[in-house]
Amino acid sequence: MTDKHLSTQFDAELSGISTRVLEMGGIVEAQVALAVQALTTFSGDIATTVLQTEEKVNAMEVDIDRNLHSIIARRQPTARDLRLLIAISKTIANLERVGDEAARIARTVQRLINSGVSTRLRLPMSDLAFEAELATALLRKALDAFARLDVEKALEVLKQDDQIDKEFDGLMRKLITYMMEDPRTISTSIDMVFVAKAIERVGDHAKNLAEVIIYVVKGTDVRHNTPEAVETMVR
Amino acid sequence: MDAKVDMPVTEKAKLSVRDLNFYYGNFHALKNINLDIPENKVTAFIGPSGCGKSTLLRTLNRMFELYPEQRAEGKILLDGNDILSSREDVSLIRAKIGMVFQKPTPFPMSIYDNIAFGVRLFETLPRVEMDERVEWALKKAALWTEVKDKLNQSGSGLSGGQQQRLCIARGIAIKPEILLLDEPCSALDPISTGKIEELIHELKSDYTVAIVTHNMQQAARCSDYTAYMYLGDLIEFGPTGDLFMKPKRKDTEDYITGRFG
Repeated sequence: MTDKHLSTQFDAELSGISTRVLEMGGIVEAQVALAVQALTTFSGDIATTVLQTEEKVNAMEVDIDRNLHSIIARRQPTARDLRLLIAISKTIANLERVGDEAARIARTVQRLINSGVSTRLRLPMSDLAFEAELATALLRKALDAFARLDVEKALEVLKQDDQIDKEFDGLMRKLITYMMEDPRTISTSIDMVFVAKAIERVGDHAKNLAEVIIYVVKGTDVRHNTPEAVETMVR
Repeated sequence: MDAKVDMPVTEKAKLSVRDLNFYYGNFHALKNINLDIPENKVTAFIGPSGCGKSTLLRTLNRMFELYPEQRAEGKILLDGNDILSSREDVSLIRAKIGMVFQKPTPFPMSIYDNIAFGVRLFETLPRVEMDERVEWALKKAALWTEVKDKLNQSGSGLSGGQQQRLCIARGIAIKPEILLLDEPCSALDPISTGKIEELIHELKSDYTVAIVTHNMQQAARCSDYTAYMYLGDLIEFGPTGDLFMKPKRKDTEDYITGRFG
C-alpha cells in the first residue's frame, strides 16, 4: 500500500499484519523444503522438526486472524483496504494448508523409518525433490507478489502451476512402472504417490495466493479461469 | 473533468439532473452535474465539506431561491418535467419534494400541529381524517408509540432523535414523492441514528429518497446508489456495493478509504 491513510495508525496496522503474513509464508515454505529433505535423506530428526513447526504455524494463523477481525471491527475498511484484509484471511488459510501438506510428508517419513523400509528400495527421490523445488519456488514467487502487490508476478505464478502438474503426472507414470516391475515396492510407492500429491497441492495453494493478489489490486475475482482468460480479464 | 459521468442506473429515474451548474454569486459551486436519481431507491451523496452535495440537494427542490445571490442553470426533470424552468408554484414543487435538515426544526407548536400544519396548506381535511393522517405519519416515522399520549405537548420537548423523526413525519404527512434528507443524523446518537436509518429503509417502498451524509458508513448502510462529489464535480456515481468495494476512480477510493488529504 503506497498511499498513506489520514490515520498513520491504520497504515501501521495494515503493514504490520502484511508482514506477519509474509513471515508465516516464509516459515511454511521452509517447512515444505525440510519435509522433502527429511524424505530424501530418510531423516527422522528433520521430520520431527517439521512437525514441531506445524504447531507454530497453526498458532500464527489463529493470531493473524484475531488481529484481522480486530482491524475490521475498529476500522470498517472499504475498497482496496477491505479487499486486502479479505485476501489476507484467505492467504493465511492457504498457508496453513501448505503447512499441513509438509506435516503430512514428515509423518510419512516417520512411518517409513519406523516400519524399517529399506533405503535401497528404488524410489524416484530426485524427481520428488525436483517437484518440491518447483513448488517451493512457486510459493516464494507468490509471496513475493503479495509483498509487492505485483499483478504481473501473480500472473506468472498462475501460468507456472502447470509445470508442477506435469511433473506430478510424470511421477505417477514412473511410480506405476516401478510397481509393475517390482511388486515389493507397491506399498512404499503408494506412499510416494501421496507425497507427490501433497507437493502438487502446495503449487495449487500458491496459485490461490496469486488469485487473491489479483483480487486485491484489480478488484476482479479471477478464480476458476485458465491463466490465459485471467490475463485478458486483468489487462 | 468529463461533462458526462457514466450513468449506471437502469431503474426508472424519478429525478434527472442535466448539465446542472450552480453559482453563489461568482462562485461556481456545481459544475455540469448529470445524474439520475432512481425511483423508490435511496441515493446517497458523499464528499468532503464544500464539495457541493448539500447545494445539489437544495437545488433539487429550489430551496436556493430563497436567496437572491444564488442561481442554477441546466435542467432538473421530475418525471420528465423541468422544475427549474417550471412556472408552477414553488410551494407545490416542495410539496412533491420534501426536505429534512441537519438540525431538527420542530415548529413552536404541539406535536399534533407540527404534522397538521403542512397538511392544512394543501388540503382541507375533516378532523377525523386529519387525526388519521397525523397518526399515519407518526407511525411511518416510527414515533407514534412514543408520543401518542402527548400529542398536545410542544414538539420542542422531545429528544433530538424524536424531534428529527417528527420532522420526517411532518415531511411525509403531505405525501411527497421525493424526500431529501440533509445530514439527518449528524446531531443524533447511534440509537436514534439506527431508528432513522431503519425508517429510511421503510420509506423507500413509497418514496424516492436522497440523503446527504458526512458519515460514509451511513451511506454504505442505507443507500442503493452513492454519488461521490468533490469541489463541485460529480466524480463517481454507481451502485453503493460497487462503489464501496471496487470504486472505478482512484479519487473515490482515496476518499472512502481515508487517504484523502
